[in-house]
Amino acid sequence: MKNQSVTNNIDWITILLFIILVIMGWLNIYSASLPLEETSIFDIDQIYGKQILFICLTIPLVLVVLTVDAKIYEKYAFVFYIIGLVSLLGLFVFGKTIKGQTNWYSIGGFTLQPSEFVKTSTALLLAKYLSDVQVNLKNFNDQLKAFVIMGVPLLLILVHDTGTAMIFVALIFVLYREGLPSWYLWTGFSAILLFFMALLIEPHFVLIIAFAIISIQFLLSKRINRNPIASAVIFVLIAGFTYSVDFVYDNVLEAHQKDRINVLFGENVDLKNEGYNLNQSMIAIGSGGWFGKGFLEGTQTKGGFVPEQHTDYIFTTVGEEWGFVGAIVVIALFISLFLRIIYLAENQKTKFSRVYGYCVATFLFAHFIVNISMLIRLFPTIGVPLPFFSYGGSSLFAFSILLFIFIKMDANKVNEW
Amino acid sequence: MRKILLPSLIIVSAILIVARLFYLQIIDDSFIKKSDNNAIKIKYDYPERGYMFDRNGVLLVANQPSYDVMVIPKDVKEIDVPEFCKLLKITEEEYRTKIEKATVYSPRLPSVFLPQLNKKEYAGFQEKIRKYQGFYIQKRSLRDYQVNAAANVFGYIAQVNDAIIKKNPYYKSGDLIGKQGVEEVYEEFLRGTKGVKYIQKDRFNRDIGSYKEGIYDTIAIQGEDVTLSLDIELQKYGEALMINKRGGIVALEPKTGEILALVSAPSYDPAILVGRDRSKNYTKLSKDTLAMPLFDRGLLAEYPPGSPFKIMTGLIGLQEEVIDENTTFHCSHGFSYGRGAFMKCHDSGDNNLHTGIAHSCNTYFANVFKRTIDKYPKPGYGVDAWSNHLKSFGLGNFMGYDLPAGRKGHIPDSRYYTRWYPNGGWRSTTIISNSIGQGEVSTTPIQLANMMAAVANEGYYYTPHIIKKIKSHTIDKKYTTKHVTTVDKQYFKPVIEGLFGVYNEGTARSLKVEGIDICGKTGTAENFTKINGVRTQLQDHSIFVAFAPKDNPKIAIAVFIENGYWGARWAGPIASLMIEKYLRGKITRTDLEKRMLEGSLQSEYAKVTSGQPFKINQ
Repeated sequence: MKNQSVTNNIDWITILLFIILVIMGWLNIYSASLPLEETSIFDIDQIYGKQILFICLTIPLVLVVLTVDAKIYEKYAFVFYIIGLVSLLGLFVFGKTIKGQTNWYSIGGFTLQPSEFVKTSTALLLAKYLSDVQVNLKNFNDQLKAFVIMGVPLLLILVHDTGTAMIFVALIFVLYREGLPSWYLWTGFSAILLFFMALLIEPHFVLIIAFAIISIQFLLSKRINRNPIASAVIFVLIAGFTYSVDFVYDNVLEAHQKDRINVLFGENVDLKNEGYNLNQSMIAIGSGGWFGKGFLEGTQTKGGFVPEQHTDYIFTTVGEEWGFVGAIVVIALFISLFLRIIYLAENQKTKFSRVYGYCVATFLFAHFIVNISMLIRLFPTIGVPLPFFSYGGSSLFAFSILLFIFIKMDANKVNEW
Repeated sequence: MRKILLPSLIIVSAILIVARLFYLQIIDDSFIKKSDNNAIKIKYDYPERGYMFDRNGVLLVANQPSYDVMVIPKDVKEIDVPEFCKLLKITEEEYRTKIEKATVYSPRLPSVFLPQLNKKEYAGFQEKIRKYQGFYIQKRSLRDYQVNAAANVFGYIAQVNDAIIKKNPYYKSGDLIGKQGVEEVYEEFLRGTKGVKYIQKDRFNRDIGSYKEGIYDTIAIQGEDVTLSLDIELQKYGEALMINKRGGIVALEPKTGEILALVSAPSYDPAILVGRDRSKNYTKLSKDTLAMPLFDRGLLAEYPPGSPFKIMTGLIGLQEEVIDENTTFHCSHGFSYGRGAFMKCHDSGDNNLHTGIAHSCNTYFANVFKRTIDKYPKPGYGVDAWSNHLKSFGLGNFMGYDLPAGRKGHIPDSRYYTRWYPNGGWRSTTIISNSIGQGEVSTTPIQLANMMAAVANEGYYYTPHIIKKIKSHTIDKKYTTKHVTTVDKQYFKPVIEGLFGVYNEGTARSLKVEGIDICGKTGTAENFTKINGVRTQLQDHSIFVAFAPKDNPKIAIAVFIENGYWGARWAGPIASLMIEKYLRGKITRTDLEKRMLEGSLQSEYAKVTSGQPFKINQ
């Protein structure tokens, strides 16, 4: 069968959402980085000028991605993965440190963050591995291999950048979609819940609650399903975990990580130091009201009260200048994009492109939810960019490549059988 | 199940985020305030306060620049406190309490740290101010008095207190407001409206331009100049005459109700209530409970009017037609009105209205009063008719003049006596003292002056007022509305003749001014005080009321000298000097003037505190 033209089958809805988000993102970056004196919007010395350059560079980049034969991505997935790992390892030797994180390569005045691109290569290899007909995630060996594919880049990134590393954990949803037993999710979810409960209330109370829940579950289940040993083991595990949280909190977490948890709970927060960012972020968003203060009219944005506003805190500009209505529009656009990608993924003919599409949706969603939740005190502060919105060449290029590889696969599905 | 987990999670998260945003952006409005505090600085531009002029256009009160050191506590960084304190001549202890007080008011809003630096202090501080972050200088205008007089009329300006800030949102901490006198009453005209500038700040608290291109900014509106009805030369002369005496002088222009002079003695230099020593000096003035320099005697001194009240008794008698100008009563050194009750009189023989007024005969007016009350079937009706006549002259109630201090005085009516004598049994003779201005009646000097203005006008008056002109506003209508008395015009003539007689053949004949026809009435008021808890009578107050000239009255005056003994001794001469000064601009009777200027009653006032037994009315 003759290959049909790619452009005929491209999903324009996804591309339209992408374009709107990038433009909205730029408008907010413009507002957040506008200097007091008049300048041209193409001024390359200004942050918004640079972002225009990045957006322009994205166009040939995605065109290349769309023209390359879709098979390449599956065929060379392992090669991409290895290149990704090498680029992470290279940071230990050639890495440039920016704001305490050695995440960057410096190339001729521009910096490049390899961890952003490693998401794509990891997604490709994971998709390739899971699409193997012999792989069954019910088997422990196959689970282990999948975890290794996720885990190696995660650990390499964790050394310098906790936030991005945490994003990789979200891939567990992809594994679950492909057959990972559900207790992994439940265990993970319970562990997170227990962690925060143990910090918030006395460990003894946590244990009493856990004991009560286990007892009720035991008594309510059918006699034949009752397993006293299993219940006892679970309880002991919970107890051990709960009491070790204090230890972890005191001895493993670093001071700034503890601060972020304290800030989340609003405990003994110094609004001039560790609490400053979150407080300013909430003031900017909270003062927006229904319709916001208007484009370029945000007092907090103009005054530069929110630090890193053009990068991780870009959504505060949306909240302040565009208000509740504007924020809802932006959120709706993101949600539409995620659901569209999942919908397309579910309709892929090959398992490889389905898993990859799922990885794309998961990564984008994880960034979105972590980024916005931290601004409105729903989640501890973790520095990850808002896809397509936040300032930065690396993240824009990487998210665009991530997305457009999937668009290419999707457009190519007519050639699959 | 496996297919729907991620989409469900996405939707649930979106709902959570939207709900949280709804709470932050719509429900919780505290962020809007925090945002304004953060990013917007309000800067006020204080307009210059309006000037005051006297009726002849003489500048009385102008302005001088003053510099307040302001502080925004949250912006205060590490500064060299000892050096800072040395510069401003304060102790480090004061520094801490001032900072603390400002912080309590608001850490973000400016407070006055140190008010009213003079030019020299300002120059010294200005050089170093950039070293002290969080402090800045606010220029304001303070009063600059061109005359050392009329302090009681002008009032003063002071920093607003917390109660005012709460009540009136116009005023912010450190703002100035007029207190007392013209400053208080015409505050809104004099102060103008301050301009507001909203300035966008960045996170380092630097100004980065005006907020929203200044659409909310307002320009300061200049305070308005006011012209007072005061004749400053007359005022100064009155104050000079009152040196070493206590009392008050109120002079009105009968045709308009304008206050020509309002003297209260002892007084003070208005300039001492300006600048950093203001509160120290104010405390000193307010603590002087004997001389009471802050007590405006012209408006507040409430006493039985004594003999000048006989004018009213006569007028009411004529109006009620119980006498005519020829009615005669016989006086034999007093008036007997019941078992053993006798009102003494210095006079004897037959008196008609004319001689009754001229000689101030108690017996005559006791008879007139008795007839007035007894004309009615019940004494209650009589008293009410009498009381209504008096009230139509502005007695017995606040007059509504445009100065904040005042007393009602007292004019009793039947309700009052029914309360005192619940079982009845009171008659005209029970309350006969009222006929000669003793008993239950009391008045303030300005009420007496106004009474004389109504007599001079033969039956009408305008509410006394100190304002003559406000630059671009008309003055309150109530000051240009005629009040007509219940006594008809024709009855004034004989009374005025009697008052003229006071100068020609009566109690003030020694005070006659050649070439000016003065109508006046002397008065004496008994008064008491408590010394160590014992009610002790003091020397009588000397009272005099007058107007002149007789045919075209230009000035009505009431003078009252505490413990000055009889009317013609102090009050009479001072009143005649004031009249001559106002009508002629110069004084012919220099001996009398010298005696009055140099005369002192301080030895009389010292008796009260001497602790020694003393004699009075000698």
